[in-house]
Amino acid sequence: MDQNLDLPEDPATSEAPPQVDNLDALESEAIHIFREVAGEFDRPVILFSGGKDSTVLLHLALKAFRPAPVPFPLLHVDTGHNFEEVLQFRDELVSRHDLRLVVARVQDWIDDGRLSERPDGTRNPLQTQPLLEAIEQNRFDAVFGGGRRDEERARAKERVFSLRDSFGQWDPRRQRPELWNLYNGKHRAGEHMRVFPLSNWTELDVWRYIQREKIELAKLYYAHRREVFYRDGMWLTSGPWGGPREDEDVHEKTVRYRTVGDGSCTGAVESEAYTVDDVIAEVAASHLTERGATRADDRMSEAAMEDRKREGYF
Amino acid sequence: MSDETETLTRFAPDSGTEVALPVHTDLLRLATAGSVDDGKSTLVGRLLHDTKSVLADQLDAVHRASADRGLSTPDLSLLVDGLRAEREQGITIDVAYRYFATGKRTFVLADTPGHVQYTRNTVTGASTAQLAVLLVDARKGVVEQTRRHAAVLALLGVPRLVLAINKIDMVDFDESVHTAIAQDFARHARALGYSDENVVTVPVSALHGDNVVERSERTPWYEGPALLEHLETVPVAPDPHDAPFRLPVQYVIRPRTAEHPDYRGYAGQVAAGVVNEGDEVVVLPGGARSRVSMVDTPDGPAQSAAAGRSVTVLLEDDLDIARGDVIVAADNQPSVTDEFDATVCWLAEKPLSPRAKVLIKHGARTVQAMATELATRFDEQELSSVDAPERLELNEIGKVRFRTSESLPIDEYAASRRTGSFIVLDPSDGSTLAAGLIGVPLAPLASAVTR
Repeated sequence: MDQNLDLPEDPATSEAPPQVDNLDALESEAIHIFREVAGEFDRPVILFSGGKDSTVLLHLALKAFRPAPVPFPLLHVDTGHNFEEVLQFRDELVSRHDLRLVVARVQDWIDDGRLSERPDGTRNPLQTQPLLEAIEQNRFDAVFGGGRRDEERARAKERVFSLRDSFGQWDPRRQRPELWNLYNGKHRAGEHMRVFPLSNWTELDVWRYIQREKIELAKLYYAHRREVFYRDGMWLTSGPWGGPREDEDVHEKTVRYRTVGDGSCTGAVESEAYTVDDVIAEVAASHLTERGATRADDRMSEAAMEDRKREGYF
Repeated sequence: MSDETETLTRFAPDSGTEVALPVHTDLLRLATAGSVDDGKSTLVGRLLHDTKSVLADQLDAVHRASADRGLSTPDLSLLVDGLRAEREQGITIDVAYRYFATGKRTFVLADTPGHVQYTRNTVTGASTAQLAVLLVDARKGVVEQTRRHAAVLALLGVPRLVLAINKIDMVDFDESVHTAIAQDFARHARALGYSDENVVTVPVSALHGDNVVERSERTPWYEGPALLEHLETVPVAPDPHDAPFRLPVQYVIRPRTAEHPDYRGYAGQVAAGVVNEGDEVVVLPGGARSRVSMVDTPDGPAQSAAAGRSVTVLLEDDLDIARGDVIVAADNQPSVTDEFDATVCWLAEKPLSPRAKVLIKHGARTVQAMATELATRFDEQELSSVDAPERLELNEIGKVRFRTSESLPIDEYAASRRTGSFIVLDPSDGSTLAAGLIGVPLAPLASAVTR
């Protein structure tokens, strides 16, 4: 068969080339998802960690409903091991946009004995129970998350609208097919939907969007001097989450974070990226994924993410 | 397994690679299709790798997991099979979405499993795809499965096909093998309604990389583009802009603030056509007429907005408009009806019986409906058509007449993929039962039968 390289010009596209910009397409898709949820659910909430994905998520929500305010509250699961800069940033954003913030505290669960500290000191897996209880107590029926399918191979299988049973569990074998842009929001009492408007975004898309929209982030995403110690191939910050141990030396390094999460398992990378432009160049050239580089919890086992998601984690 | 070892060593990222930063790129959504052993995962793996979308830690994880299983060589399928059950059973269970980018374009790839449940997965992947890559094995040529996949892609309205004739190295890069398969497929594609310029055939070796990213010297007789080159340059026509304007209203935005006391906007994603300030529009199913007083976008008011953009439209008149209504061009309206024929791809284990009560979600509206008549079932195993079937089962495609409790403004799927499609839901548990295409004749499937 002839290879057809000189395709006939589409009359609709030849006049004014409607270049469908990648970021415009992703933005429109995310906004569509926000509005579907607002139309179909009674009590949605945005899971908000103060990280770059949640910050982009909130930015998209503001655009989806403008000039009206965002019709959802935010929910933050505070592990008690969060970075101070991130908590400050969270509170500033909440007050600037006049939002309602619900906080579920892992520390409360540890204090009253419902959860116990893990031997390895990480509190990341401990978030699941407080999260599920907050969803149940507030009767949230749709929970937005900043998860992206490019992050991890179990997430690559995740739907945009992902049904969780009354125990908050994900069953990857019983997922609903997702067709066109027709999202199925039906759920029974007690069940809830996890919704991922950034599903089709990559880390680089997120950063390019941050650049384009001039979105302010928590400062620790950019290069700064910090006292850190080396453990399991990552630079960790000293803190109440354990460390440095006696055999671990503290160094002052120029670092930045690619993800922000529980301080016990989120590592910094050495970096001289002081601006968004620098970060984009760095991410584009990196040979490591953001989770592979800086998230210890995903390395625990081959199916760590899938197993946590099955239990109700994001 | 030896194949995969070789692939893996080739996949090791180079250090210090120069990276071109994407500046202004567009987005191509594509789907893959093909039988289990056609080398689909190797091809997907190569595309991901050569566009630098497989990173060192992901490869390390594959090495570790393979060693844990006592394998002496790395198992590359672990790279893409994300679920525990998939890795345990060595099969792909579910559609996964993969992302890669070049300096020219960003790609969202629906990676569909090739095993028996082809319809369900192919339909899901094809519903949003602007292009599909169908794989065949050069030694086997076009087989029944290829024909079925192509028929489903045609039915779902995927505008462009690429036939990747894989394992061309196994037939000694023989031009005549390629030509014979290409001609065989071209005949079939034409019968499905594809014009020649929308079908491209590429001889590839996914394993060795011939014609995947770079044109191969081992196929001097082949003058076309490498697969990635074609994917980067093929025109993306997301939705025809000359189609009549359609906006399913998702949500009504009413700030009621001191700053915006009278703002009343109808928010939605433009499903087809273009909306301009001043356009005369009709709101369906009610039929009220008005004019667009403002096209508001996420970045503020604009003169116009085209298909695919999420917008908020304000009208001159104060009308009662709610979620589920559709704002359309006054001079080119869809039909408003409570009874219509559709082609249905049944995706659930629970079968469809005549007179079954279901829910239909069309645009932003969900209504009660009844399947009043099952007219035809297309039998994919026998490649034949059965009239008045007793039921439609998992993975079956049929023509069904629906009656709805409320009138819906509908277009033919062939004219508009967005306003011509719907999903069928189970009223008892809310699960998704089927994909529906309004008014589509079974022509692509019929031509697969007659070949």
